[in-house]
Amino acid sequence: MSTVKLTVNGKAVSAEVEDRTLLVHLLRDHLNLTGTHVGCDTSQCGACVVHIDGRAVKSCTVLAGQAAGANVTTIEGIAKGDELHPMQAAFRDNHGLQCGYCTPGMIMSAIDIVHRHGGQLDEATVREELEGNICRCTGYHNIVKAVLDAAGRMKVAQAAE
Amino acid sequence: MYETTYHRASSVDEAAALFSKGSEAKFLAGGHTLIPVMKQRLASPSDVIDIGKIKDLIGVQLSGDTLTIKAATTYYDIMTNADVKKAIPAIAHLTSVLGDPAVRARGTIGGSIANNDPAADFPAALVSLGATVKTNKRSISADDFFKGLFTTALEDGEIITEVSFPVPEKAGYAKMRHPASRFALTGVFVTKTKGGDVRVAATGASQSGVMRVSAIEAALKSNWSASAIDGVSVSSSGLLSDIHGSADYRANLVKVMAQRAVQAAG
Repeated sequence: MSTVKLTVNGKAVSAEVEDRTLLVHLLRDHLNLTGTHVGCDTSQCGACVVHIDGRAVKSCTVLAGQAAGANVTTIEGIAKGDELHPMQAAFRDNHGLQCGYCTPGMIMSAIDIVHRHGGQLDEATVREELEGNICRCTGYHNIVKAVLDAAGRMKVAQAAE
Repeated sequence: MYETTYHRASSVDEAAALFSKGSEAKFLAGGHTLIPVMKQRLASPSDVIDIGKIKDLIGVQLSGDTLTIKAATTYYDIMTNADVKKAIPAIAHLTSVLGDPAVRARGTIGGSIANNDPAADFPAALVSLGATVKTNKRSISADDFFKGLFTTALEDGEIITEVSFPVPEKAGYAKMRHPASRFALTGVFVTKTKGGDVRVAATGASQSGVMRVSAIEAALKSNWSASAIDGVSVSSSGLLSDIHGSADYRANLVKVMAQRAVQAAG
């Protein structure tokens, strides 16, 4: 057992976990942040994507200890109070989800995509960049629309700040 | 996953010392090979020693005709590095078709070559470019480093610190990706060195891991063009055969990927 200290969604947290604990289980089972999902558990589906120090990663393939001292952001940490993050709002407006299982991972990956590509995003890039996130409901079409829509909204939001 | 003890090393020496204390220790950098293997209970290290945050093991340097990539540099950092793109753009391309964005944010060059998966991308680049692997103990040429399926020249407790690539005149990589795993069904890296030598290495094809393809090397040496490979026949003997592709299919892929790699190299 080890004490793992890290920052999650802006708050300093500490948890007593077995060394074999994965980051996703630290988040879900110890911090009750169950928005991050486990789909495949083999680093392929992307339902578990969170940000570590600003980069989208698969939290099912990171030991909790590896995240000690890091800044982790989960799907619970992106809205400002009742105001959805522009990516969340765009997923809702574009019907970018059906069952919702992949959605937290999709949104966390999509935010990272917009951050890395800035205003340079086009449909082909979004499709290529989303290859590590699997959705079995939507056929991806509305997800891609939502990401492109959100890229515009995030640019506007950034310009306003 | 079986129980283990996690350690974070702050230097290569500390990592080596921790390793010698564990009964069956393993090094971990990005963890994108070791953690999946531990989950499947195919590995059960007593101790996991995290070397992924050792500052001396992260970064890229271009010095004259040598590009050096330190072992714990992530695929994403390699893919986006200006020196890599300038000196050996084929490595930047290889990294961009490896895994997916979230995997590239964690996986490292050192982890890839230490594991030596028969379908991993980086072994082909190292062998084709004639790279040198440096460890905390010695330097090993890529030709001597890869010893077959999941096997390398590394001794117990030896830590890869960096990989040095001679900057080539031209190089290219082409890969038929497995659509789910994103590993190479077959990938071929072609290099024309500044000395005029041609080296071609295929991954995902041979049962014994990365392999040189001498027939294609000979054809390209006399004529560096995709069409020079038209008449070459690649033997399927010793090639992998599984539900994803027969040995004959892979033999043909070696040829087709080599042609695409030459086209990419220009």
